[in-house]
Amino acid sequence: MTDQHEGFDPVIIGFTCNWCSYRAADLAGMARIKYPPNVRLIRLMCSGRLDPTFALQALAGGADGVLITGCHPGECHYLEQNYKAMRRFQLLRRTLQQMGVEPERVRLVWASAAEGQQLADAIAEMVEEVRVLGPLSWRGQGNGGKLLRPEAEEAAEVGA
Amino acid sequence: MIDHANAPGPDGAAKERIGVYVCHCGSNIAGTVDVAEVREWAEQRLAPDGVVVARDYKFMCSSLGQELIEKDIKEQGLTRVVVAACSPHLHEQTFRTACQRANLNPYLCELASIREQVSWVHSDKDAATAKSKAVLCGAVQRVAHNEPLEPLRVPIHPATLVVGGGIAGIQAALELADAGHPVYLVERQPSIGGHMAQFDKTFPTLDCSACILTPRMVSVGTHPHITLLTWSEVEKVDGYVGNFTATIRKKARFINTDLCTGCGICQEKCPKRVIDKEYEAGLGYRKAVYTPFPQAVPKYPVIDEPNCTYFIKGKCKACEKFCPTDAIDFNQEDELVTIEVGNIVLATGYDLFDARRVSQYGHGRLANVFTSLEFERMTNASGPTNGKIVLRDGRTTPTSVGIIHCVGSRDRNYNNYCSSICCMQSLKFAHLVKERAGATVYNFYIDMRTTQKDYDEFYQKVLEEGTLFIRGKVAEVTDAARQPGEEGKLIIQAEDTLAGKQRRIPVDMVILSAALEPRHDAKAVGKTFGISCSVNGFFIEKHPKLDPVATMTEGVFIAGCASGPKDIPATVSQGAAAAARVLGRISQGEIELEPVRATIEEAKCSGCRICNDLCPFNAITFIEERMVTEINPALCQGCGTCVAACPAGAISGSGFSNEQILSQIDGLLMLNVEHAAAPAGV
Repeated sequence: MTDQHEGFDPVIIGFTCNWCSYRAADLAGMARIKYPPNVRLIRLMCSGRLDPTFALQALAGGADGVLITGCHPGECHYLEQNYKAMRRFQLLRRTLQQMGVEPERVRLVWASAAEGQQLADAIAEMVEEVRVLGPLSWRGQGNGGKLLRPEAEEAAEVGA
Repeated sequence: MIDHANAPGPDGAAKERIGVYVCHCGSNIAGTVDVAEVREWAEQRLAPDGVVVARDYKFMCSSLGQELIEKDIKEQGLTRVVVAACSPHLHEQTFRTACQRANLNPYLCELASIREQVSWVHSDKDAATAKSKAVLCGAVQRVAHNEPLEPLRVPIHPATLVVGGGIAGIQAALELADAGHPVYLVERQPSIGGHMAQFDKTFPTLDCSACILTPRMVSVGTHPHITLLTWSEVEKVDGYVGNFTATIRKKARFINTDLCTGCGICQEKCPKRVIDKEYEAGLGYRKAVYTPFPQAVPKYPVIDEPNCTYFIKGKCKACEKFCPTDAIDFNQEDELVTIEVGNIVLATGYDLFDARRVSQYGHGRLANVFTSLEFERMTNASGPTNGKIVLRDGRTTPTSVGIIHCVGSRDRNYNNYCSSICCMQSLKFAHLVKERAGATVYNFYIDMRTTQKDYDEFYQKVLEEGTLFIRGKVAEVTDAARQPGEEGKLIIQAEDTLAGKQRRIPVDMVILSAALEPRHDAKAVGKTFGISCSVNGFFIEKHPKLDPVATMTEGVFIAGCASGPKDIPATVSQGAAAAARVLGRISQGEIELEPVRATIEEAKCSGCRICNDLCPFNAITFIEERMVTEINPALCQGCGTCVAACPAGAISGSGFSNEQILSQIDGLLMLNVEHAAAPAGV
């Protein structure tokens, strides 16, 4: 914790895939491996399901960081969809940078179902890194937490 | 206040009536999380979101806990259920079934994992309680958007495609065919039999491989329910569980199998001798027209096009001249066959590690260094030396033999895994060398792994026979003599870890127990069938312990060495197990699939085709006439990659819709409970 952000406790939204990283989180639990309580996980079927909007929505809604996790490259249960997640992750980081948000707030971690310890370590590391970055406080600017959806809806309105 | 689907309507009541159940799990959760506080908080703060009942209970998964939920559904008219308990991988099915019993669609139930993700991984009670509220809040927000789903039912075609005619494929095919169902057995080589057909003796009983295998091969060849397609490969697989369409390339044999009697005169008369790199492992010869071995099934030979004199020079046709039934047909072409099957068993086996890669062991450079497969052929009574153990010159019997275990396996330079069969195979070699050549035998091993039935007894027997065991990794095999007695010998330089010293042992012959590796084209084959390979290249099973012959692709099963190195008993068991799984499907007649699927709203689809290349299961097709994309629900595996990619928002994923996930995000951030007392960074 830096002096600058004293008392700051980050909130991180984590996305997991049903087959590897969610099971890694389960394993961390079963093995009673401790990690900071700052992360809250969402289960997707695959990291390929991760619409970058989800990450932006989380950051806009008050999260200080977003953790994206999935099966290791080559081990995706849907063959190769984690590669698509990898591509989107790179684009997402670039987009965030252009928006003036530190790209380190979004992190991609591969964790197999056997890697409970590695996932816990990655979470702990990320929490500390985001703690140093300080609060994002995107929320409250613009239209508070609804930064993206109205636009997305508008875009969807535009004829097919 | 953030808007959500479950906002109170004009009458002030939320649309959905949600029940929240917080489990103590004995002290597993209650020890770290203030369960009563979480329940009370949900009851008060989540009431505007539709929570009408919130209860906590010692063990929600017990029958009493489940009854609590069922009773509330019936009496309180709940339309959604959230259970804050353990991981959904443990009890999602339990609570879904409970809901179903109370006539609530099972997919309207959500689990919030506050055990694996909270109480077991955090120690601070306040922080854990606060996080439990957030996790629960996320689930409540999400469940309001859950939709009732029905499992997909698809009929199962009774025929099965078995790929690979080794012992695993043979076993699977016979089990299925004996049960009365049609089987297509596809084999790449001219004959079925696989690696087992190359062996002489099988450990630990030392019964003759051909004696136990060939009757099975004959049964396959004559079985009324088995269609045997050898010298064939599967090119393409379309469809989904229950309804696959496979396109198989029958390579040209240049033999009319309707006329051929398998008399073998063509092989006798063919003037072209070719080194047999497949069946004889390079130790022997075959002709350009050949059956790999005399007991081959089917009995029809093939003409080896790249080596046949007629195909090279345009003349010869000796086989045609002498064939008594005019069965030779030089104009034959590849044929594509399309078959319909309900299930697929992949039993594609293994490739032997190329021992030349371990250059310090000298295979390919030092004449008397043999691989395990070469030695198998040498000991085989019908092999190139008629079962005599001799050096590469074909005459000299060795007086000392070194057998090196773990060549290419348990070695971080090549493969980390244990090849499982090498210890027993090397012990078998030691016994055969002793028995037939009377030579001194040295076995160089890392660890001795003799774990199956009667294996260790075999090891004891080989020990008693006087084979010498040196525990340590071999550094080098060389022909450079340094000491008297080493001239003209192969010297094995090894560390003896038990004696704690380096040793140089001169021998006449070295046998390398090479690793079992994935097929060189396993990845491409996996792609054809829609299954994946693990880091080491073998096919991944659905679950390594509890579902070892199923894959993540419904209707595609794996057996034998295709999923990892195995001995013959394990391979046979897997062949039978895969058949049992298929038989279960066939006797059910239809199968229920998880309704987690992507669907396209046609009116929204712009026909941009961005999603078209994203699906590895070929579930997405573009309809040219209407300029829109369609998703085949039975092919879709529900990963959701296309949902995330659709720029028009036309694709939605049932069970994991945008609304569900976005609401869960809002819920986890507690945007719906403004100004909540919030420790831990809320």
